[in-house]
Amino acid sequence: MSTIHPTPSGTRDVLPDEMREMHAIAEAVRGVFGARGYGEVHTPALEYEQVLTRGDPAAADPAYKLFDEQGNVLVLRSDMTIPIARVVSTRYATAELPLRFCYVAHAYRSVRPQRGQDREMLQAGIELVGVPGPPGTAEALTVLCEALDAAGLAGYRVGLGDASLYPALLDAHGVPAAARATILHELQTRDFVGLEREVAGLRLGAAATAALLGVPQLRGGAEVLDAAGPAAEGLRAVYAALPEAVTTRVIFDLGLARSLAYYTGAVYEVYDAALGAPLGGGGRYDDLLGRFGRDLPAAGWALNVERLHIAIVGERRGEAL
Amino acid sequence: MSGLNGLTIAVPRGALMEETLDLLDRLGVGTGEVRANDRKLLFEDAGLVTMRPSDVPTYVEAGAADIGITGKDVLAEQSERAVYELLDLRFGPCVMVVATTAGDDRLAEALRRLGVMRVATKYPRIAARHFERTGRQAEIVEVKGSVELAPLTGLAEGIVDLTATGSTLRENGLVVREEILASTARLIANPVAHKLKAAELDDLVARMREAIARG
Repeated sequence: MSTIHPTPSGTRDVLPDEMREMHAIAEAVRGVFGARGYGEVHTPALEYEQVLTRGDPAAADPAYKLFDEQGNVLVLRSDMTIPIARVVSTRYATAELPLRFCYVAHAYRSVRPQRGQDREMLQAGIELVGVPGPPGTAEALTVLCEALDAAGLAGYRVGLGDASLYPALLDAHGVPAAARATILHELQTRDFVGLEREVAGLRLGAAATAALLGVPQLRGGAEVLDAAGPAAEGLRAVYAALPEAVTTRVIFDLGLARSLAYYTGAVYEVYDAALGAPLGGGGRYDDLLGRFGRDLPAAGWALNVERLHIAIVGERRGEAL
Repeated sequence: MSGLNGLTIAVPRGALMEETLDLLDRLGVGTGEVRANDRKLLFEDAGLVTMRPSDVPTYVEAGAADIGITGKDVLAEQSERAVYELLDLRFGPCVMVVATTAGDDRLAEALRRLGVMRVATKYPRIAARHFERTGRQAEIVEVKGSVELAPLTGLAEGIVDLTATGSTLRENGLVVREEILASTARLIANPVAHKLKAAELDDLVARMREAIARG
């Protein structure tokens, strides 16, 4: 008879068969990172809470906090972007730009345990520091697609949006500051019924209402950029900088709103028909490093290696949404 | 495009089923087999899966169905689900209410004298959020059915439940004390299908919107 000693919900053991396959994915992705000049870094899983919250107020609510022997509050990192922003400002304060870092590391979040969704997740990703605007985004997306190709995922698409697009649209139509938070909340929680109600409540006139409701629902090829008019200027510049290997994968999504607050420009998510949830994503965060003392434009992304593995296995079995 | 444009839809059984099937009929989706067969759950040819309304967000979030129809009450209770809420379908109107036995408000009395009130509900998260927001201490007792029984037997002083006409409440001698949220049927979509099948989905939403406007 065996005895069952449980692990915390949302965590699990990885045994050799799965480990071998995940390792193969990580090695393939590392090969791309190396070839593109990204240096791998390791940072501690535990950080001071006051350091992480400097990067993102949302990180002020990490899932796991503990006290060290001096009474300092320690937290388990919820992503790698903020620790690397700390590394850049403290260890590379005068280094020549650009800086290219990569990682394959665990991050910790409170989530509902479900298929491919864990408290502890293995992320593979990059941070590109010091290359502003479209060229930086284009490089990050190029490395993303190369990494997914190397991992062996065939049918993936990259949803590409702009975190500054909708706030700019609200400004352009003179939406009062008091109404903005509610409207952005509806967008972020993917509630278009709520968005319609809130925008209708502003009584803005037909053209403005149509733009505020229509633009965030635009998804598709480059033609949606024309439909969006001046609001999509930033995305048009990104599109012009993308190589063909990336543009064939891109779906523009003008309503894409990632949950982390630190994104300032282009944002992206990776989708595959074999899985009902995004495999990862990232974006531009041009204000984040300034909060740590070195004001530099930056962009990056992270792939959830476990979800990537599920999608690769699913694709090979012929599963699709 | 016609029918469901190749999308799979999660159809709620129960109170919303009839009007959901009526709407699908108007979009040119064959629902005859569903109506004729009460036991079968999966209708692959038509692209329909039937299930309890509270399971619809689960299937849609996981991508087991591309889209689904369920009540706003279910979505509010499961607010952490990563699904798009695309359209208010207007049918199935009902209200989430706080109710107690008629006469003196037992909830207010419990709060005043005992500092906490016991509330029975099938919607523990909506109930907890409501009392938190209104600054009252409440002990939420989760039950799976016939919530009206709880205040009659002394399990709780009041209930939070959904009511359409109020007749079940009246028959059990209960009166509405507060309204929490108005609910109707909503169309929801999986976040990945929302990108990968954008054209099919947008066309279907446009046709649904038209069908609803025509009434």
